[in-house]
Amino acid sequence: MVLPFIKNYLEIRTPSSPLVVFRIFFGLLIFFSIIRFWSKGWIDFLYLEPTYHFSYQYFEWIKPIGFYTYLIFFTCMISALCVAIGYKYRISTSILFLTYTYIELMDKTTYLNHYYLVSLLAFMLIFLPGDSKFLVGSHKKSRFENVPKWTIDSIKLLLFIVYFYAGMAKINSDWLLEAQPLKIWLMSKYELPLFGDNLLQKNWVHYFMSWGGMLYDLSIPFLLIIRRTRIFAFIMVIIFHAMTKILFPAIGMFPYIMVISCLIFFDSKFHDKIIEFISKCIKFFNKRSLISRKVNITNSGFSKKISFNIICIFLAFQLILPIRYKFYPGELFWNERGYRFSWRVMLVEKKGYTTFKVIDKENNKIFYVDNEAYLTEFQEKQMSFQPDFIYEFANYLGDSYTSKGFRNVEIHVDSYVTLNGRRSERLIKADTNIYKVGKAIFYKNHIIPYKYEIKKI
Amino acid sequence: MKKYFLIIFILFFSCSEDNNLPEIDPVDDSYNRFIMMENLTENIIIPSLENLDSKLKTFNTSLSLFNSDTSMDNLSVLRSDFLVAYKAWQYVEMFNIGKAEEIYYNLKSNVYPVNVARVIANMNNPSLDLDDCSDTRPNNCSAQGFPTLDYLLYGIGDNDDSILLEFKNDSVNYKEYLNTVTQKLISNTSIVLDDLKANKNNFISSTDNTMTSNLNMLVNDFVYYYEKGLRTNKIGIPAGVWTFKIPENVESFYAQDLSKELALEALSACKKFFMGTKFGTESDHGESFKNYIDYLDTENTLSSLIIDSFDNSKSEINGLSASFSNQVNNDNIKMLETFDALQVTVRYLKSDMLSLMGVDVDYVDADGD
Repeated sequence: MVLPFIKNYLEIRTPSSPLVVFRIFFGLLIFFSIIRFWSKGWIDFLYLEPTYHFSYQYFEWIKPIGFYTYLIFFTCMISALCVAIGYKYRISTSILFLTYTYIELMDKTTYLNHYYLVSLLAFMLIFLPGDSKFLVGSHKKSRFENVPKWTIDSIKLLLFIVYFYAGMAKINSDWLLEAQPLKIWLMSKYELPLFGDNLLQKNWVHYFMSWGGMLYDLSIPFLLIIRRTRIFAFIMVIIFHAMTKILFPAIGMFPYIMVISCLIFFDSKFHDKIIEFISKCIKFFNKRSLISRKVNITNSGFSKKISFNIICIFLAFQLILPIRYKFYPGELFWNERGYRFSWRVMLVEKKGYTTFKVIDKENNKIFYVDNEAYLTEFQEKQMSFQPDFIYEFANYLGDSYTSKGFRNVEIHVDSYVTLNGRRSERLIKADTNIYKVGKAIFYKNHIIPYKYEIKKI
Repeated sequence: MKKYFLIIFILFFSCSEDNNLPEIDPVDDSYNRFIMMENLTENIIIPSLENLDSKLKTFNTSLSLFNSDTSMDNLSVLRSDFLVAYKAWQYVEMFNIGKAEEIYYNLKSNVYPVNVARVIANMNNPSLDLDDCSDTRPNNCSAQGFPTLDYLLYGIGDNDDSILLEFKNDSVNYKEYLNTVTQKLISNTSIVLDDLKANKNNFISSTDNTMTSNLNMLVNDFVYYYEKGLRTNKIGIPAGVWTFKIPENVESFYAQDLSKELALEALSACKKFFMGTKFGTESDHGESFKNYIDYLDTENTLSSLIIDSFDNSKSEINGLSASFSNQVNNDNIKMLETFDALQVTVRYLKSDMLSLMGVDVDYVDADGD
């Protein structure tokens, strides 16, 4: 049973060039970002140096695999390049998705929203005909001019979700009424030339940028969709992300990913020009064009129906996931239940100080744990304010002391966290054991409810 | 299409300039970090180093006297000069910055417990190089500096008479090693002090919020010293907070009754640095982390919480016996309570203060969002 207008919509075809350009830029960007990541020594620093790794629930089995971790990165890098040039598209997008996601799942200490976005986009590309043309070394006759319109719209919808939910998340009392955490962050950028020591110290600037950021996030997807405002919107995209890059250099690849992704909102003529331009460049270097000229109307790989259904389920899931926090009690910014995978970008300034006490009940021995013996500084910093990290690490400590011969082990936590400039508060009840208590019990009974309320919609 | 790009770029640049240039306020209403750095450097860091330098030189003079006239009276003078110099050191250890960091000044001055076997071995080593001490080659670090002086002045015999006798006979070159270690401390201190004086202006004006700026390094060093140098080394390790009690790991173990005095001095140094108190005064406060926090803190509660926690730690330490190793052996609970009191400040410094300042504890070079 398909409604007529959906059926009609599915039949609409549109030039494929936006998807092709997206695939090329996306692949190149991932390719270069892996090189960047590698050259900064982060593979070693983030995945090989630590002896302990924080895992995502249900993905505890995904860990760095010693020296072979480099092989995963290498495979990911090559597959990204293959996606860009369109070599064995279906296989290379699959490998890109799997390797990139494996990397992200190895240790949640490194979780970033835009890494997550890259994983999602890579997943979608597997099922979208980004290989409609402009391919290298393809045996199949696989150039076709038109693709179903929904394939391009699906990426637009994901970007819409990203921006819109990011904007919705900013509608909270800290962001709008206190201008936090931007106030803290902007004031600490005092060394920026021209405005760092003046404008960024001013109260009204903090509010202006908080409200501006919220309005930007909420409106930009609409402005990009509407043809008349598209160029203006794209300029706004560039300005906004350039600004975030200047103010927050540590934001990494995020601005580039968003700017390049937003190009997909432009019509096919614009993308045809880009393809033409790239073709010229390639021809300049190679006398024989690498581009397949053959025409094929059929989509290779998965059937259209399967692809469509998968993408639909996927996007529905993406619509629901960010609002799952509504089902958890307590202050979201404090207990962070349902915080990740929800486009909450730059919403909280948190720092914590967390120490663990191991108690051998049978022999009545008590001592503190030296976090540094198990965690890198980066891991310790991340662990110190995130309850699920603390819970996981406490249970790891409990296990490891039990296996060392300690009896009836209890793990007590002293944890203090500061949130958006408020004084640090105790996060977890003092003098209670959190080793081997269930996760639900931990959230329910052991986390001290935050004494402030941050209003959200 | 080229036109579009042109328009985009023109708009991009014109917009950004429009947004920024006309609105610059001629009145600089930001916190003046330069004045803070100036106060901290000129009124605290340099005078602390100068004070240490002069106290070490006094010690050196007494040492010459002791070498020529090895008497109990002169040993007593030497010991009291040692205490004065060791106390002066407590004001210096937290500034592990610039030249100090480069030459491993801290590691060469105050790594305890002293490695007695190494000290003895060094005395008979003609090619001894005390500069062979770094984080990767730590062996000689615990065979020089104040802990070694402590051992030589208090630990080479069972009682004062036998110690004096050891020096008189000097069959194992104690005097020479005492002299070598003293000269090294003096020359290291001069290197650090001279370098800082020569680069004072550059030092003061490095106020950016970056990994390499002196302001951020001072913030980090301060927090690090309070947590590691004071809380961990002086109290936590001997009290066995992480493992088991190690009473012989207290500072100045051989003199026995100096550990409390040194810890109080270190705590006072921290509080005074935090409040910008000019060196040698009790309440002549200049611009400091405290004022900076007051500027940043919308709640206006943090600096007084930190000062209260300093004071609370002080009264906890005051309740301990003069010798921490005795305290650990006799009533370790009090040591642990002192540790908990010091811990409160660590919490405020590491989470609240660093969060407000926008300074990272560790400077992990990784992306964020």
